[in-house]
Amino acid sequence: MFGRLTEDALPLYSEIAMAGAAVTVGGGLFVLAVVLWTRSLLYLWRNWLTSVDHKRIGIMYVVVALVMLLRGFVDALMMRAQQAMAMNSGGYLPPEHFDQIFSSHGTIMILFMAMPFLTGLINFVMPLQIGARDVAFPRLNLISLYLTAAGAGLVLISLVIGKFSTAGWTGYPPFSETEFSPGVGVDYWIWALIVSGVGTTLTGINFITTIVKRRAPGMTWMRLPLFAWTALCASILIVFAFPALTVAGAMLALDRSAGFHFFTNDGGGNAMHFANILWMWGHPEVYILILPAFGVFSEIVATFSSKRLFAYNSLVFATVVIALLAFTTWLHHFFTMGAGASVNTAFGITTMIIAVPTGVKVFDWLMTMYRGRIRYQTPMLWTVAFLVTFTIGGMSGVLLAVPAVDYTLHNTTFLVAHFHNMVIPGALFGFFAGYVYWFPKAFGFRLDERWGKRAFWFWVTGFYLAFMPLYALGLMGMVRRLQHYDNPDWQPYLIVAAIGAASVLCGIICMAIQLWVSIRDRERLADTTGDPWNARTLEWYSSSPPPAWNFARLPQIKGTDAFWRLKERGEAYREDENVGAISLPAHSNDGIVYGALAFVFGFSMVWHIYWLALLCFGAIAAHLIVSSFRHPTEDVIPADEVARHEHDWKTAARAGSRYDGDPLCDYRTALRKVPAQ
Amino acid sequence: MSDVKRHKREVRNYLVGFGLAALLTIIPFAITAAGGLSRTWFDLAILLAAVVQVLVHLRYFLHIDLRHTPRENLLALGFTGVLMVLMIGGTLWIMGNLAARMMGT
Amino acid sequence: MSEVDTKAHDEAEEKAYGFWLFLMSDAILFSLLFATYAIMVTATDNGPARTEIFGYWRTAANTALLLSSSLTMGLASIAICEARKAAAFQWIIVTMILALAFLVLEIQEFAGLVAQGAGPDRSGFLSAYFTLVGTHGAHVTVGLIWMAVLCLHLAMAPIGPAVQSATERLTMFWHLVGIVWIGIYSMVYLPGLYQ
Repeated sequence: MFGRLTEDALPLYSEIAMAGAAVTVGGGLFVLAVVLWTRSLLYLWRNWLTSVDHKRIGIMYVVVALVMLLRGFVDALMMRAQQAMAMNSGGYLPPEHFDQIFSSHGTIMILFMAMPFLTGLINFVMPLQIGARDVAFPRLNLISLYLTAAGAGLVLISLVIGKFSTAGWTGYPPFSETEFSPGVGVDYWIWALIVSGVGTTLTGINFITTIVKRRAPGMTWMRLPLFAWTALCASILIVFAFPALTVAGAMLALDRSAGFHFFTNDGGGNAMHFANILWMWGHPEVYILILPAFGVFSEIVATFSSKRLFAYNSLVFATVVIALLAFTTWLHHFFTMGAGASVNTAFGITTMIIAVPTGVKVFDWLMTMYRGRIRYQTPMLWTVAFLVTFTIGGMSGVLLAVPAVDYTLHNTTFLVAHFHNMVIPGALFGFFAGYVYWFPKAFGFRLDERWGKRAFWFWVTGFYLAFMPLYALGLMGMVRRLQHYDNPDWQPYLIVAAIGAASVLCGIICMAIQLWVSIRDRERLADTTGDPWNARTLEWYSSSPPPAWNFARLPQIKGTDAFWRLKERGEAYREDENVGAISLPAHSNDGIVYGALAFVFGFSMVWHIYWLALLCFGAIAAHLIVSSFRHPTEDVIPADEVARHEHDWKTAARAGSRYDGDPLCDYRTALRKVPAQ
Repeated sequence: MSDVKRHKREVRNYLVGFGLAALLTIIPFAITAAGGLSRTWFDLAILLAAVVQVLVHLRYFLHIDLRHTPRENLLALGFTGVLMVLMIGGTLWIMGNLAARMMGT
Repeated sequence: MSEVDTKAHDEAEEKAYGFWLFLMSDAILFSLLFATYAIMVTATDNGPARTEIFGYWRTAANTALLLSSSLTMGLASIAICEARKAAAFQWIIVTMILALAFLVLEIQEFAGLVAQGAGPDRSGFLSAYFTLVGTHGAHVTVGLIWMAVLCLHLAMAPIGPAVQSATERLTMFWHLVGIVWIGIYSMVYLPGLYQ
């Protein structure tokens, strides 16, 4: 009746597991308690959980990302502590538990932290930036959010009921086959990936269609802001790469549940083909993570250098080239799997080639800063740290691209250092920068600058302390994923790395304090003009937060940096007499329905409760069919409400200075001092 | 163009497409039944017939037309084609190379 | 066009483009299944090989059924474009019958193979074969259900832009299914049947 689900599934076998389960369940209950105590359930339901507004959906994605950052970071702390201690000893974390932790750390950070973070930022910013009212398919957008949440839910619940995979975040067979991993762990991993992967693919389709079809009049391709370009290219990568993840996961699921022989040791299976398919997804995936961050940096570098982006055309070209080349390098993840010299060399060359357009971008950003009037506020600090640190990671990547070198460094901590050196300063710092940069637009007040800077310094120090030793250790021969070791030369490095993790923890705590202080001091930090940074692109030409309809009238675009143009010519914030009523899609329960069904479907597939899985699948199909007979409802915003909002915001914008006393950033004085572009 | 004319043109479009596709189907089936060709020629003939028939389907059934189909649709299709070559070709090359270097199999 | 018509037209165009992108991702999915089959063709584990398990006439019949259904689906789409309900019904029902016949033959084939010990759990080759052809069959099934739902829509209301837009997508879907089948009989069945 319940498949293989029994009371053995409860984490009573270890205190650490029980603690993890308690925190997970406790955390969920705590959130529920707060919501009920503040009596905001109905408000949240109507205005957030069923909202099809891209801005709300974007914010909810970022909330998922930040929660999962905490969850994934706990894994990191536990691993660093274990490795710092476990010299000639077993440490505190038994091997099987340690293995679950490194597996969930990677899975969570990449798929349930970074992906939702970038999806959230793109969701919030991109439609505003291209002058659209919303994405092309708003209800689908909400459904994608819930599918991602369902996948995250499956990973979280594996802490409470059952165990997670011990096969790493890439789940290689034959170890991930039933023969060697008979439990539910790998199945949790597979279904979390497949469920959230469907959501992500739909998002990719949504974003591409939006950018292709819903740009404001006059916004030709070469007037599209860089962040929108990177969003487009990342979305193209998503649509064309995620099928590979689905195929790899589904084939492994068939092997495990139906006795197929795709990757088994016997029956003619070929385990190496899993690596082949997985990395056909995996390599484009890292570019999916990095391109939106590059887009964030492009916007920030221009705004905070008070200067137009240098060589816009080359930045666009480099982005597109990266997207194309991303599909040509995947074998470099398995140089050591046994292919011959010609195959390895070909992919080594493509790997080196793809470093070139990124190098072009770095120089373009540097040249944008050159002779600019740079303001070192938090978003710019993240950007500068990225430029320096990411370059180091890029260099270690070019080193690894040489197959002969990779043979000595593959699966050592050198590799671990390399990829963290790419995703943390590259993707994560970019997302943090975007978070601080666009926070005032989303909520109407800036984040506190002092705590932002403190968080930054703890993070950067922590990153270097945590990962530079790993380069050295890798060169000294330390393999990755070690639960214990007996080489005393390694321990000092690992202790330094653990200190680095502690510094990052301080950084995260500073971010939490920053949020609390900013909410407390939101009057002082208020953004009344909608343009707190004196920025250049269209999303800033709106109130903070923008109204549900984004723009009263879709703007007419005449060049790049459309908003900057308007400010330069003194045409910004002119009153608009002819605003009409606007209709927007009404809120929808579909997201929750599909998300809940997908979660239960995934859960029942994991535990082999096949009747329940079939029921959920049928319910999803039935809901799809029934909703085709529904007429989509719309909310109409009356013209006078639109007009009133416009008037109020524009009046405040014309009157207001940018923020507390900084004369450089006053709207009118800033324009006089900026050198002519 | 009047409705009747347009209707006739569209129906004829499908009939022509169907006819070409049927021909390009019968040929490979006939070759298979007849036998006689070397393996390489056989593979080539089947591949050619398949590729041409796919083009027929694209043109006559999916109405893909280099002049009238929007550029964004053509780009998506073209990119898919490129990726199919990379992924299938890459797999055959890589896995073939690995298989050749396996001992005993 | 009135503002409402423009909006409906733009929406239909967006949906058609979004769906086209989805079909492209589906094409990539099938490419990976084809690639997997290609490298596992010899992974028979001393079990049934491709020269032993395929039937020429069944393959020919399935091909004829599917190709004809592409034609009839096309004729159905013309009827819906021209808002001729009776003709639309007629051609959709014919398409459904052809699709159903295809599925019956394919299920018989699969059942027969399983019964003789040549199921997907027998070897890597058979896993790859069943997954590739089975995924295609699943797509045919989805198309069949979609056609049934379309018939319900047609029965309930006059043909409007929403139904026409949905039919545009169903037609695109069905033709992709037909194109994948060309790949299947060319790369799977005929090479296995050839002496």
